Amino acid sequence: MNLAYYPGCTLKNQGLGFETSALAAAQALDIEMKELDRWNCCGTVFSLADEDLMHYLAPMRNFVRVQEEGFDKVVTLCSMCYNTMKRTEQIVKDDPEKLKTINEFMYREEDYRGEVKLFHLLELFRDEIGYEEIKKRVIRPLRGLKVAPYYGCMLTRPKEIGIDDWEEPRIMEDLLSAIDAEVVKDPLRGECCGAYHTVNAKELVTERTRMIVSSAKKRGADCIMLSCPLCEFNLDLRQRDTAKEYTDFVGIPVVYFTQLLALALGLTEDVCRFDLHYIDPYPVLVEKNIIEEGEEVHGKKA
Amino acid sequence: MEKKPKTKMISVFVMGKEHKVPQGLTIMKAMEHAGYRFLRGAGCRAGFCGACGTVYRLKGDYKLHFDLACQTAAEDGMALTQLPFVPANKATYHVRLIKKEGNPILKYYPEVARCVSCNTCTKACPQELEVMDYVQAALKNDIEKAATLSFDCIQCGMCALRCPAEIVQYHVGQLVRRVHGKFVNKSKQLNKRVNEVNKGKFDTDINELMTLKHAKIKDKYSDRDIEALH
Ligand code: FES
Repeated sequence: MNLAYYPGCTLKNQGLGFETSALAAAQALDIEMKELDRWNCCGTVFSLADEDLMHYLAPMRNFVRVQEEGFDKVVTLCSMCYNTMKRTEQIVKDDPEKLKTINEFMYREEDYRGEVKLFHLLELFRDEIGYEEIKKRVIRPLRGLKVAPYYGCMLTRPKEIGIDDWEEPRIMEDLLSAIDAEVVKDPLRGECCGAYHTVNAKELVTERTRMIVSSAKKRGADCIMLSCPLCEFNLDLRQRDTAKEYTDFVGIPVVYFTQLLALALGLTEDVCRFDLHYIDPYPVLVEKNIIEEGEEVHGKKA
Repeated sequence: MEKKPKTKMISVFVMGKEHKVPQGLTIMKAMEHAGYRFLRGAGCRAGFCGACGTVYRLKGDYKLHFDLACQTAAEDGMALTQLPFVPANKATYHVRLIKKEGNPILKYYPEVARCVSCNTCTKACPQELEVMDYVQAALKNDIEKAATLSFDCIQCGMCALRCPAEIVQYHVGQLVRRVHGKFVNKSKQLNKRVNEVNKGKFDTDINELMTLKHAKIKDKYSDRDIEALH
């Protein structure tokens, strides 16, 4: 399977391990993802104002790039990029008037024909590879590891573009079962992490982090698994601030779905990059006998 | 006796006022012909220094165009003005103290993250650089690409004037190239030259220059060797 890959900015900055693990896991599953030669920011936050065409430029320009390179399918990993771009994909497909207006504004580019289809990597695992196949490729089953999937807002809402049912999603749960991890179902898996409030209303985010992380921990989770670098930042790094504010708070590691998948596929730590998280996932991976004690990882002993 | 063919005259509108100038001049020369004297807004007169930014509109066209006055021919019916300087924000930093970790560009120019990819900066660039692409490369911390794409920037500032996200692309590009020089492609020649300067290699020459009379300095300048471009 051969398709264009749109990384998004965060995967080249804070979310490095998300990208390395995803690319390696995809390759192990025979998905060929070719990073676009030219791409720009996805636009980050989908504009909630009507007729705000200016904010559809960024996603649409990326679709032009996909088209230019001769692809009609593009895959992304970040929930936020997925959401912003998917909503734009729909809008210009449904409304030729808007498509025309934006094309006219971008007169230096070739016209976007409205034919590119965007996927989230989780969808490819489910629909193109299939969990049965993934199960067969598992080399290091994550047996005994209790994982709470966390969806946040962007993967399943609004429901027109969601990658799964918005109330009862199971796409991450099914992936976990395929790699033999134990699913911890948490009622707060679709809560908002506080998103950009992390910049100027930190206390709002630490409160959410306390609530979401504690809920997963209370249900026995060893770690939280997600697909959004911003949720990761808030639920992982903000645990530091949460612990300062709530003295009885005890945290757990937060990882990307691609990292657990890569680990299960037998890939090494230099692509999994668990070392890049604030709360170190190694101790629990060692405790559950998934990684061997003393295995050298990024210069430190697990 | 044969009559010299008459030069065709054209109309240009400088800040709204009509002037008749001979056809075939650059905007800069046309303005001088009309009586303007450049105290600022002209430097090299060869398309290198970026001092002569011009905004103009052509007859019957609604679009504003951006170019260098010393490089663009005046056309009949052209309406124009000079923009010799852009009072844009420029971050203060010490190259020695810039750290590699994180994204140094976003630290000094956080507004880069506001780019909506409208490409207006690219349309405004008289050097025909892919300005938006280098801003985007800076955003994703691809210093190498950003430095390469912005290499031919001459700092005229037109991009910043047009940007709806209030980004100062040309200063961002400058920072990018400095970061590139520091971390990515360390310049050996530069280090060698800095060492020579520190060791006093040019001290005698400089001291001699400092004592010269004005006229002599002028002569030296016009007789100087100009290194050929490779
Ligand atoms: S005067 Fe230097 S670029 Fe025009």
